[in-house]
Amino acid sequence: MGLNSLRQLWAVTAMNLRNVPQRLSSSVVAAIGVAGVVTILVGVLSMSEGFRAVLQYAGRDDVAIVLRGGSNDEMASGLSLEQTRLIADAPQVLRGSDGPMVSPELYVIVDVPLRTTGTAANVPLRGVGSGAPQLRQDFHIVSGRMFRPGTFEIIVGQGAARQFRGLDTGRTVRWGSTDWQVVGVFADRGSVSQGELWTDATVLQNAYRRGNSFQSVRARLTSTAALEAFKTTLTLDPRLTVRVLSERVFYQEQSRILTSLIESAGTAIALLMGLGAIFAALNTMYSTVAARTREIATLRAIGFGALPVVSSVLTEALLLGLAGGVLGCLAAWLGFNGIETSTMNWASFSQITFAFKVTPALMLRGLSYGLLLALIGGLLPAVRAARLPVVAGLRAT
Amino acid sequence: MSALRFFPLLVANLSRRRIRTLLTLASVAVAFLLFGLLEALRHALTGGVELTGADRLITMDKVSIIQMLPRSYLDRAARVEGVRAATALSWFGATFRDERNTIVAQAADPETLFAVYPEFDLPAAQRQAWMADTTGMIVGESLAHAYKWKVGDVIPLRSTIFRKRDGGDTWELRVDGIFANAQGGDTNGLFFHYQYFNEPRSQGRDLIGWIVLRIQDPARAAEVARRVDALFANSSTETKTSTERAFAQGFLNQVGNIGAIISVVVSAVFFTMLLVTANTMGQAVRERTPELAVMKTLGFTSGQVLGLVIAEALFITVLGGAIGLLLARLLASGLRRALQQYLPLLTIPTGAYAAALALAVGLGLVAAALPAWAAWRLRITDALRAGG
Repeated sequence: MGLNSLRQLWAVTAMNLRNVPQRLSSSVVAAIGVAGVVTILVGVLSMSEGFRAVLQYAGRDDVAIVLRGGSNDEMASGLSLEQTRLIADAPQVLRGSDGPMVSPELYVIVDVPLRTTGTAANVPLRGVGSGAPQLRQDFHIVSGRMFRPGTFEIIVGQGAARQFRGLDTGRTVRWGSTDWQVVGVFADRGSVSQGELWTDATVLQNAYRRGNSFQSVRARLTSTAALEAFKTTLTLDPRLTVRVLSERVFYQEQSRILTSLIESAGTAIALLMGLGAIFAALNTMYSTVAARTREIATLRAIGFGALPVVSSVLTEALLLGLAGGVLGCLAAWLGFNGIETSTMNWASFSQITFAFKVTPALMLRGLSYGLLLALIGGLLPAVRAARLPVVAGLRAT
Repeated sequence: MSALRFFPLLVANLSRRRIRTLLTLASVAVAFLLFGLLEALRHALTGGVELTGADRLITMDKVSIIQMLPRSYLDRAARVEGVRAATALSWFGATFRDERNTIVAQAADPETLFAVYPEFDLPAAQRQAWMADTTGMIVGESLAHAYKWKVGDVIPLRSTIFRKRDGGDTWELRVDGIFANAQGGDTNGLFFHYQYFNEPRSQGRDLIGWIVLRIQDPARAAEVARRVDALFANSSTETKTSTERAFAQGFLNQVGNIGAIISVVVSAVFFTMLLVTANTMGQAVRERTPELAVMKTLGFTSGQVLGLVIAEALFITVLGGAIGLLLARLLASGLRRALQQYLPLLTIPTGAYAAALALAVGLGLVAAALPAWAAWRLRITDALRAGG
């Protein structure tokens, strides 16, 4: 391409863009059409992003979860006290000042009313060992204090405290024939445990007549690489039939069903809506070309090529798409980011609390989709503009 | 004078920019296609609540449904005044072949199951066969269809929750019958004998999951529920009894506020489509300003010109809406066949058609409002001059 055609290209495109304000209402509508699609796409995907994030924050590579062999989740698992001790004794388990860093845990579900509807929801009540806080990435008490081992006291995750009714510090809750005292609220960098209630494992065993059985053991390993050796040690022990996974893999498996469901639904909706937005963009760009008929014919008559004309139409369409995309991302971010909600996690049959997350990667995806829609919407009108017969165009009103 | 006389004029107006009319029609159709599909989805997810029996109560452990109840509770609950029939169900946590194929399998009492669920419909011979066959099961139509199970097949089902005393976790079950649901409800589950479930179990023996009660008078549901719960109050295992509907609704609330999410999406779609249609209408009227002026000169009243502009908008939104809904209907029935197992109720509910018509008319009126107003106020001299 010669310098001359480049200059032509620039001149025509710039002239066209200067005229956009004359067609403002129609251009704004096309941009808003794209913005609507991008908002919905980013908004729906931010839900699955948030769900995934909550499970991934919880997952560490150097923390292993040990379940009974054949179990996929803690609900279906069961381990005896003796087995939990054997697991803690494995050489790959990191040892701190007070012994191996493990937490034998058990997990029951209690009914707590949702704040939004007042109807009961399955909330996980987890009995943990003294090592549990060290096994979570960023566990800390936000208000109140830690539960005292051996007492009917619970601490409540920050997310659970916001989603469910009646879990304020100082309150007493009754489940079955036991009264539990809420003594504190904890946070763990937005991870899955923030949606749980915690108490001492031994107390929970007694309250639920579980004898001295547990459901899982979490163990901090000496290194990420020690996982395989840890697995081998436990598999070779004839007294154990267990399944060993890294915490990250465990949570990835749990999030798979829901995230893929939301993502396919979100993508299908965005595709259909995108079709609508393309029609809107086509409409706008066709009328732009129609309005510019005389101008384009004049340009062609005085020697401008077809390329600058095509490029001017496409540039306008892409700018509309860009504006719409940015607007849509902004709307999704303002409207969805950080909204806290809870849903049923089918893998554990209990509530999981999470927040919608509009990430830069999602916004980029929304933006590129907006540009793609605009490009498709601009293409046909651009071709029509280039093919406009000059003589007829000059006569147009 | 008849409004029909204007019809050719309407058609002529719409076909003067054929591409634009078609594109507008298409974007309206897409909006209604989405509307139809989302309504079908909402129905699939929440419609089950409407199909629950008004005369059924569920009695479960007060703390959580995953805690089991003593089997003796069944007989005691069945004798409560106002209870017509009672049956016990237990969740088996079944998987078939792959641990990801979760199957809705429940252990039940064959003698009382049909008294509580009269809508389960299967041939008398199959029913007799199942009653007599302790290791048999009856399978819902859509579940049998999904896995191509036939009467006589023996199916190994693994439990993710229970173990046998010999350490095994697999129960082999023969298909004795395949049932339909006379009320059109879900047939995506199977039932097998409690006895066969209970005897080999290593833990939780003689415990049941929950009790389903069929009561004589739905109006007295709350009273019966109170009476049942009073029976077990202050015992080590207290109960909570609710109507089947309240239970299903509560369960749905746990999944999240599906209705609200769908409404947000639908409103975003409509807002976008409203703008697009309004803009096109506006353009169409602006372009024709001189023409409208000529019409007024020829003696058309302001009202007629206004009517014409509104009729054009309504024509596009109502026709587009009809096309969109028709497509949604076709697509939903195709998806329903493909997803029979997960979303058996994926159909557009009847109420949605009326809502769609109202939306189409509303969309047309709002979109036409501004341009129609401009056409109404148009002063002939100004317009003719502007067009010159």
